[in-house]
Amino acid sequence: MSNYFEDLDIGRHTVLGAHIFTTEDIKTFAAKYDPQPFHMDEEAAKASLMGALCASGWHTAARYIGFNIRNRQKLEAEIRARGEEVAIWGPSPGFRDVKWPRPVFVDDTITYSQTIADKVDLKSRPERGLLVQHGEGHNQKGELVYQVTGQILVPRREKWTPPVG
Amino acid sequence: MHDKSLLHWEDVEIGKPNTYGAYEVTKAEIFEYATVYDPQPHHIDEEAAKKSLVGGLCASGWHTCAMFMRVLYDGVLKNAASLGASGIDEVRWMKPVRPGHILSAKSVCTSKRLMNSRPGVGICQMKHEIYNQHGEMVMTMENAQFLGVRDPDAARASAAEAAR
Repeated sequence: MSNYFEDLDIGRHTVLGAHIFTTEDIKTFAAKYDPQPFHMDEEAAKASLMGALCASGWHTAARYIGFNIRNRQKLEAEIRARGEEVAIWGPSPGFRDVKWPRPVFVDDTITYSQTIADKVDLKSRPERGLLVQHGEGHNQKGELVYQVTGQILVPRREKWTPPVG
Repeated sequence: MHDKSLLHWEDVEIGKPNTYGAYEVTKAEIFEYATVYDPQPHHIDEEAAKKSLVGGLCASGWHTCAMFMRVLYDGVLKNAASLGASGIDEVRWMKPVRPGHILSAKSVCTSKRLMNSRPGVGICQMKHEIYNQHGEMVMTMENAQFLGVRDPDAARASAAEAAR
């Protein structure tokens, strides 16, 4: 499987990997980027809407990106090993529809996955297409804790010609 | 639940911009974040970054989100009855964030409402713009922030009055 825009199939689902959010992991991230009491202090978290110490949403999101990038790099290495040309993806204009429907609590195991949701042809960038991917994270009970709609530009093998008329 | 002197839902004025923050982006921190969370060459390797589409080392866009979160905490949420957020509607990355950039933010509440299912919780729909020290907008973010309501009964009564 190569990684040019034309090679990517809508609906393709990939399980990326799982991460255990330990107390130390949660507090280290929070201390640097999001030191709200419910990410830093067990007692304060109990009294909060969250009900117990939980990870910053930006931490949950960051772990998804880590898996996403490493999975992409693994595929690139496989393509290279076959002696084929690797398409260098990017840049990303941003993302949308991030949801944190449930907190990620201490020692939760979050399994991340992604699905190719859409491929958008771009008149402004005929040499690249916009790949839309839905990312998700589920805890060990199967509950959704994270979702995101990511977007990234992906090189095409052939320049896109808009249909006439 | 929260100290009444903190910023509560009632205190947020719709349409009034709030500017705050001065977060210095260092090369060491770009490497540190990217090594764990976003190990793309243009975030972890200066030479590879020069040859990349972005033309030089820059922070992961997700790192910029995290840095903005810290700016928001220090500038607003530390002194607010924050109840967190359940999502982000949209983030746009407009320009690369480089080592030496100093990030600041301008935030405005575009609308607010009370949560029907939880009497003490108010929702502020926010638009955030993140700038570097050259006044260039590097990122925008839209999301709903949950804040504690200081006086839920009075807030509900005045919302009902306004809707009449």
